[in-house]
Amino acid sequence: MLRFIERHTFLSIIILLAAVLLLWMIFAVWPEWLISAIGRKKTFVITLLNGVTLAGLYFLVASGFTLVFGLMRNVNLAHGSMYLMGGYIGYEVSENSGSWFLGLLVAFLVIAVSGILLQTIVFRRMEKEELRQTLVTIGISIIAADLMLAIWTGTTYQFSPPDWLFGSAELPVISVIKSSGKVIFMKYPVYRLTVLFVAVLVGIILWIFLNKTKIGMMIRAGVNDREMLSASGVNVQLVFAIVFGIGAGLAGFAGVVGGTALSIAPGEDVRYLLASLIVVIVGGLGSITGVAIGALIIGLAEQFGLAYFPTYGVVLTFIIMVVVLAIRPQGIMGER
Amino acid sequence: MEERGNFFYGITTFSDIHPWKFLVIIFLIAYPGFTSDFFTFQIGSYSLILGTIALSLMMLAGYGGMVSLAQMTVAGFAGYIMAIFGENTVGVMGLGWPWWLTTITAILSAAIFSAIVGAISVRTEGIYTIMITLAISVAFFYFVRQNYQIFNGFTGFAGIKPPTLFGIYWRDPVPFYYLTLFVSSAFLLTVFYCSRSTFGLGLQAIRDKPRRMRALGYHVNWHRIMAFFLSGLIAGTAGVLLVWFNGRISPGSIGVDVVIDILVIAVVGGLRNPIGPFLGAIVFVLLENFAIDLIDRERFNTVIGIVFLLVVFFSPDGLLGLWDRISRRIWFKRSVRDINRRAQWEDSVASGSIDNS
Repeated sequence: MLRFIERHTFLSIIILLAAVLLLWMIFAVWPEWLISAIGRKKTFVITLLNGVTLAGLYFLVASGFTLVFGLMRNVNLAHGSMYLMGGYIGYEVSENSGSWFLGLLVAFLVIAVSGILLQTIVFRRMEKEELRQTLVTIGISIIAADLMLAIWTGTTYQFSPPDWLFGSAELPVISVIKSSGKVIFMKYPVYRLTVLFVAVLVGIILWIFLNKTKIGMMIRAGVNDREMLSASGVNVQLVFAIVFGIGAGLAGFAGVVGGTALSIAPGEDVRYLLASLIVVIVGGLGSITGVAIGALIIGLAEQFGLAYFPTYGVVLTFIIMVVVLAIRPQGIMGER
Repeated sequence: MEERGNFFYGITTFSDIHPWKFLVIIFLIAYPGFTSDFFTFQIGSYSLILGTIALSLMMLAGYGGMVSLAQMTVAGFAGYIMAIFGENTVGVMGLGWPWWLTTITAILSAAIFSAIVGAISVRTEGIYTIMITLAISVAFFYFVRQNYQIFNGFTGFAGIKPPTLFGIYWRDPVPFYYLTLFVSSAFLLTVFYCSRSTFGLGLQAIRDKPRRMRALGYHVNWHRIMAFFLSGLIAGTAGVLLVWFNGRISPGSIGVDVVIDILVIAVVGGLRNPIGPFLGAIVFVLLENFAIDLIDRERFNTVIGIVFLLVVFFSPDGLLGLWDRISRRIWFKRSVRDINRRAQWEDSVASGSIDNS
């Protein structure tokens, strides 16, 4: 942190100023000129929160994607299908058992197992053939999408999470002060805040797992030099299987979490695949911090685009991707 | 060793290749004569159009080593330009330019669009290219679906017609078939020719050893962007034909499943030889039309996905690679001769080269 400030003093000052400005915009009561310039404060803060919670969801999906890539150099284009599959499985389980948390758990486990099977049965056969692996994942995603359409049809499904996750919470942020002097506070759905909380939690767990455990150490070593890791006596295939399991499981987990926040329907697989792709391209492949940054940027861009210039929202996301690629082809936190 | 015909090595004699090629050409020209309109139009023309789009991908992937998933998007972009600048029956845009001007505009802007896609993706390599081009094509799909002012959103455009020229309405099955046959074979020959030109050889060298080519003074990225531009010309022309074929274009025509279909076609056919994409397109179109007799129409994607997986698993060079292997087993003697000749040739190339990576 200190080193960063020493090296990029100017940049740090700008970041600090931006943070102060943001905090002021969130907590202060907006003066008239600001409202006339960019609209009501409520819209701004809600969009900001939507963006951050969406970023949380994107983080959940894309972290699995980048984890798998970082170690195995395998771009799993079936990741979106795993997300959707997790959503459907979680839905079936939670509807039949009545427990949303059981659905969450089963979705994670089933998709994790399917990921491990994929790794051991398919990808182990074609190691170091990245293009072929990617093509296989495309083939799998075509078949999976079609079979899911056959089983669950084109209907949109809606989860029913526990009651205490419903409703909205009052935030300590003043929306407006009415002429009568009454202070109105902002309200926001509890569930979306929970998504954000879960994403942060998963992020912390992943960080601890990668940085403080022995398997995490092996994984990081494998990211840097796969051959050297296997030469030092580690069963690389086992590490691969574990990572693939976790990565896939996270996609299934995100399927339930995201499916509850929005809904699950055919086509969501492509949407979240696109989100993961752009998030990791922007953030840098193979880096968890990169995913967090990328998810934040893309989530915010998408929501602000949606709120302030609706028909060109996608273009905004896209422009961000192009700019990042032009300046840093390897992504913000990516390494060559 | 690379599984390519002798064609590329400049050691071809006429007796080596021609008989079956002649047969194929005669068959293709005579084809409308002995088939129904359905086979001419829905199977013949459609395969040729899809094959041409896949050819543009094959050119990038096979010679340039850049697997771009944006080819269908480029073709769709040309189609949209046709609808926007030309005439359509929807009542949105439709500036009513004459057909030749619209066509030229469409093809050129598609090529420029492709070059821009190239410029975005060439700084990265390998699977990054797939990811970036996939992201571009999906983003374009969502963009045209949301945008109603220019691209007419979800509905898209309808009523885009080819012109009536020399007293022939070019959307009638037989004229349209010959039009597509002419265009696709012209591009096929161009790609064959390009692959042996200085540019094409440079592109293949860049695919194999970008660093060495950079050291030799080639501008690697410009070379790649140029390849994207040329492939955009091919895909754009095919896109114009496709929009004439369908008469309409909507976000569904450039959705992610269609984008991936093009990849499937190219990979199933084989990425090593320009014939491959057309072979893949024929297989794809035949499956699309006749697999429904065997299974439920709705499950077509499962069938094509399984075919794709089987090809990727068992014959990474596609059906052409499979054919190579079988024919080699049959013509064992001949293949021994080939291999010897090729080995000799490769020795002469390999000697005096320093290997690095």
